[in-house]
Amino acid sequence: MYETIGIWTAAIFTLAVYSFLYKENPLYRLGEHLVVGISTGYFIVVTYEQVLKPRLIDPIANDGEYILFIPALLGLLYITRFFPKIAWLSRYPMAFIMGTSMGVGFPLSMKASVLRQLEATILPLYSAGMPWQIVVGNVVLVLGTLAALIYFFFSKPHKGPFFGTGSKIGIWVIMIGFGATFGFTVMGRISLLIGRIQFLLNDWLGVIK
Amino acid sequence: MKRTVPLMIVLVGGVLMIIQYFIPHRISQDIFDNYTIWVPIIGAFALALGVGSLTRLHGHKVRNKAPNWPYSLAVLLPIYLMPIFAFFVPVSFGGGMDEPGFYHFAFMHIQVPIQSTMFSILAFYIASAAFRAFRAKSVLATILLLTAVIVMMGQVPIGELLGSWFPKLGLWIIDFPNNAAKRAIGLGVGFGILATQLKIIFGVERNWLGGAGE
Repeated sequence: MYETIGIWTAAIFTLAVYSFLYKENPLYRLGEHLVVGISTGYFIVVTYEQVLKPRLIDPIANDGEYILFIPALLGLLYITRFFPKIAWLSRYPMAFIMGTSMGVGFPLSMKASVLRQLEATILPLYSAGMPWQIVVGNVVLVLGTLAALIYFFFSKPHKGPFFGTGSKIGIWVIMIGFGATFGFTVMGRISLLIGRIQFLLNDWLGVIK
Repeated sequence: MKRTVPLMIVLVGGVLMIIQYFIPHRISQDIFDNYTIWVPIIGAFALALGVGSLTRLHGHKVRNKAPNWPYSLAVLLPIYLMPIFAFFVPVSFGGGMDEPGFYHFAFMHIQVPIQSTMFSILAFYIASAAFRAFRAKSVLATILLLTAVIVMMGQVPIGELLGSWFPKLGLWIIDFPNNAAKRAIGLGVGFGILATQLKIIFGVERNWLGGAGE
């Protein structure tokens, strides 16, 4: 019974969302608003269960870690946003989060976004026994990255054999990247669409197996 | 107090956290451990700000019977009912589809289907946008179009029927030229992130302060 009600509810809301393809209507808007409400309610529960209870309430109540009152009080300062006269106090927790996160993030970003990317690009183009498509691929990868970087380098005019040709090849590589990303995204959406259609035809109507 | 102290907190916190990364000592490890405990706690309270803001906005609409106000109830009721039901009917997060109770029901049978349908609906919009935008008018547009077609065909059975090289070519494009473009863009983004982080730590970038209390 529970499962049947669940499937019917899911099917009705699936159709409600698809009805937007025709035009906006009250059922679609209801679904849209419910998503906001339910996901916010869900995050309240998840935040309590996975952050506030194990990291704040339990350590204070069971282990006497009263120092945790400091982040709790800092967090409460967010609420001052609702009172215009003392709204500036909400900058304190924000400053704490911003400062420490930027500090922690700086070496990590340097490592993950710059050094690892460079390291992965500095590779042997050829080694014994390597299939030819990998060799060509490695050449494309190294020269393509360099060319695309030249395209993004705006301090020099894109003229001459190095910057001119480099930026031209660079935009080609970037277009291939965009095309591949587009193709990938489309396939991802199509597989979601197939999933929903399968749900409607199999789980709900039972016309396919 | 209103601007200088927050900027000082950012500077001290930022520099301290950068330094602790390079000093493998018990004290710096303690600082980092406390950071990992404190930040989620402070961040969790930001949710209260969001919930309060949503409640104020939609509560105002309901009170004043603004146009389309019943939809505001569809936002407000689940926000408060979900926690009430979750706290009064014990919740296991690995409950799956068949765990009874309003909390799981709302999430698994309303939220999940609506959200995945909303994402799947983009398939129609992407297809129609592609139909209008993807014209092989120039060399660059043709490259984009061809790459997208090869990658898409490489992932469906019809691509393999056309030739066994189709999926291989699709994968090769994803692994090499696509990676080259992503790496160059990633490096640019990486340098941008680093610059922004330094600008925030040293108080050059102050937009995050907002206009509260000004």
